Amino acid sequence: MTTFTNIPKQIEEELEKWNVTPSRRNFLKSAGLLVVSFSATGTDPLITLASAQAPAGSQGAGPYHDPDFRQLDSWIVIHEDNTATFYVGKTDCGQGTGTSFRQLMSDELDIAYDKTTCIMGSTDITVDQGGSGGSTAMERDAWPMRRAAAEARRMLLEMGSERLGVPVNQLAVNAGVITVKTDPSKSVTYGQLVGGKRFNVALTGSDINAVTGVAKVKPVQEHKIVGQSPQRYDIPAKVDGSLKWAVDVKLPGMVHARNVKPPVAGAKLAGIDESSVRDMPGFIKVVSKGNYVAVVCEREEQAIKAAKQLKVNWEKPATAPFPSSEDLFKYMRSATPTSSSKPILVGNPDSAFSGAAQLVEAEYDVPFQGHTAISPAHALADPSNGQMTVYSNDMKSYGMRRGVATFLNMPQEQVRVVWMEGPQGFGRTAADDAGCEAAYIAKEIGRPVRMQWTREEETAWDTKGPAFAMKVRGALDAQGNLVAYDYNALAADYNHVGYNEPDTVLIAQLMGIRRATPAAGSAATPSEMYAIPHRRMTSHVVSLPVVWETPVRTGNLRDPNGPQATFASESFIDELAAAAKADPFEFRMKLLTASTDDDRTFRRARSIACLKAVAETYGWDRRSSPKARGAGNILTGRGIAYAFRGQTVVAEIAEVEVDRRTGHVWVKRLVCAHDCGLVVNPVSLRHTVECAMLHSLSRALHEEVQFDTEKVTSVDWNSYPTLTHADVPARIDVVLVNGDPNPNRPDLPPYGAGETACKPMLAAVANAIHDATGVRIRRVPFRDARVLAALKTGRA
Amino acid sequence: MSNITLKVNGRMHTLDVDPSTPLLYILRNDLGLQGPRFGCGLGQCGACTVIINGAATRSCITPASTVKGEITTLEGLAKGGKLHPLQQAWIDEQVPQCGFCQNGQIMTAKVLLDRHPNPTDAQIREGMNRTLCRCMTYYRIQAAIRRGAKMLSDAKAASKKEVVA
Repeated sequence: MTTFTNIPKQIEEELEKWNVTPSRRNFLKSAGLLVVSFSATGTDPLITLASAQAPAGSQGAGPYHDPDFRQLDSWIVIHEDNTATFYVGKTDCGQGTGTSFRQLMSDELDIAYDKTTCIMGSTDITVDQGGSGGSTAMERDAWPMRRAAAEARRMLLEMGSERLGVPVNQLAVNAGVITVKTDPSKSVTYGQLVGGKRFNVALTGSDINAVTGVAKVKPVQEHKIVGQSPQRYDIPAKVDGSLKWAVDVKLPGMVHARNVKPPVAGAKLAGIDESSVRDMPGFIKVVSKGNYVAVVCEREEQAIKAAKQLKVNWEKPATAPFPSSEDLFKYMRSATPTSSSKPILVGNPDSAFSGAAQLVEAEYDVPFQGHTAISPAHALADPSNGQMTVYSNDMKSYGMRRGVATFLNMPQEQVRVVWMEGPQGFGRTAADDAGCEAAYIAKEIGRPVRMQWTREEETAWDTKGPAFAMKVRGALDAQGNLVAYDYNALAADYNHVGYNEPDTVLIAQLMGIRRATPAAGSAATPSEMYAIPHRRMTSHVVSLPVVWETPVRTGNLRDPNGPQATFASESFIDELAAAAKADPFEFRMKLLTASTDDDRTFRRARSIACLKAVAETYGWDRRSSPKARGAGNILTGRGIAYAFRGQTVVAEIAEVEVDRRTGHVWVKRLVCAHDCGLVVNPVSLRHTVECAMLHSLSRALHEEVQFDTEKVTSVDWNSYPTLTHADVPARIDVVLVNGDPNPNRPDLPPYGAGETACKPMLAAVANAIHDATGVRIRRVPFRDARVLAALKTGRA
Repeated sequence: MSNITLKVNGRMHTLDVDPSTPLLYILRNDLGLQGPRFGCGLGQCGACTVIINGAATRSCITPASTVKGEITTLEGLAKGGKLHPLQQAWIDEQVPQCGFCQNGQIMTAKVLLDRHPNPTDAQIREGMNRTLCRCMTYYRIQAAIRRGAKMLSDAKAASKKEVVA
């Protein structure tokens, strides 16, 4: 076997295997669906290569060194049959990013899309690009992939030049075949040049995002695969039941664990009566330290039963850990902030307010909302051979590896995380917590442990998007121009937990491990490009009374803080437009065109392009809101809102039907104009945007974490309702906009698209309800009872 | 523990388990049929749906010992190596995001189309309503159901023609 030291062991093995079994048939076989299989007698599973994310190599074959991102071989393997495998340090939360990476890399490499596969996010196999987060897949993380693929193409052309005996500039390349331009009968394939062999090419770059070779990436105009919509490669196995997910992994000797959580926040463990479960079939052990308690049984249903049956004495804390959700906003508004941002100040708002013709003022409230993954958190940890392998869907597999190593006090080289598909991410889910719990228990009992949270646990204890209480004031001059604006936000976000932190994951908290200084958390200011001459924006964080060992804990939830802040800011712009008796679209356009200043990605120009596109697609007629209330039981209206996130700009229109008898709101139609620069896969992008809008529609209509003064009472899909089939709009239009002032520039970059469409939806729906009914709802969610009460009183 | 016998996707299985064990865990852990998924254990989300005697059944709240009749799981929908038209419609419409709930969506839709071969939008909304998707792929699911219904009725018409011919 060739001795390689700095590329992933799995890639070495793949190359070796290829040298032994060079047929395409075998490659396809190995590139098929994930199979976790076992030798008849051994305890180590042999994991064969999976669809797109699967690792090879045998369990226990550590230590697991970091793949070297400055080696081209860590990114791309060319096989003798002229196919290629791409290795990327990303995970996919369900938006089809792997397919888009393949498109981008195939184009740079000049190979047919269907001759490639993509392997993602397992820490010993793929370079550390951090996994997922912040909608950075296309915007940031695809760049080193593209540059590596371009460099591979350059190297292959040099090799081809040597092989064919003609200079590189006399060669053409297409679909992995290099030909002599003047004599196409002379050709050589990538596979013939480097199939099954190393490139042995060092890349440069101070960090992984800067990785580059000598070659430059192609101009947009030379893309053949980017801009097409190949079907997502992960979907067939998701509809025929053959895909194996993190939740499906089975290992020999595996046992099942379930947590026993404190019944109220801040409770102290006073005693465990193990005799209450000791005689249950399959019972193995109660694992407990500090206030952390879990039971372990041979079979899954036994662990579920034992966790329910275990008698545990808990001491309630002396004081209530939080106000009830009913009193939350009153509490937040009277709390002393734990931190305040430096005010963003333009002009002289105080004097502008004092000279205004008309003042408008409003308060908006958004409650805590959950991730509430469709699959409760889970992980499988295998402690065999002194190593620790965690099979997890965690979006940040690399962070989990570091977190588990630190938490268990193990050298990082002995820990790996095998990333496999799971429920949608949406940010910091409890997958982080379950991974650390599985690993801890596995180390304690010396057997592979599968941890699975219950629905009640997931809904109550997963991290929440912070609640926001906002106040906005505006001043109009006599002509109805917005001349002064004052935005103030409070977010209940103190001790916002990060990803896989060994001093904030729940098991650590419950064991009494915690950082000295909790994370400050953050609030947010509006994300728009309006030119307002006098403006002040401030934001503050407030703390709940108890911030440790509590189910009311905050973490990043898809576009963290964006939907909350934009609910206030874009509702308020509509309130100002109504006060000025102006059309809400035209009022916004006036604010965007009042200045010609723009930024480096032309967000002002692109905001205008998106607003125009959304209005045109919807067929927006110019008039002020609200319209005259109809006589029938069903009132209809339309609402518009817009925002940016990072460099991506969206404008959305919601059309609603409000049943005045019940208060029920049905969003009948949605339109989105979306500008994220270069579009890699239009079908995949449209779908992601549709689903992001509907996710925020769910937050607008249904979602609120409710709690009394000691525990979360939203514990399942009845007490934490979500969008259903009945809520789905009859029609959704997504318009992909390229509002760049030079739309055909060869270096048009892709911007992130996973979250921006979430941002304006709450305000768009509130604005539509106002247009239909004349009633302004300033508190999320817009459940029937709240809307009905508002219709009756004329106030929300 | 006691012996129970289950017929799943055309095969008989006899297992020695606690008879109160929910069917879901037996399918997933003992029979290796992992199409059905654990989502809530409360019968609220539908991720665990299987078809028993033609009815969409939530296997997470169905004690194994109470099952009378043949069980079909997602793995049993394809026939002779060919995907069920609904599964094909799911691929054509590129329905899934994460895909975790899609077992329940497809199995529930299958039963819906068995009952209403040409469902109205209202029947689709009603029939699918308690089958949850947190990625919110509902719009595409409903499109895939309409597409699948058309594929099924086209296939039926074609086979009738063949008989006539």
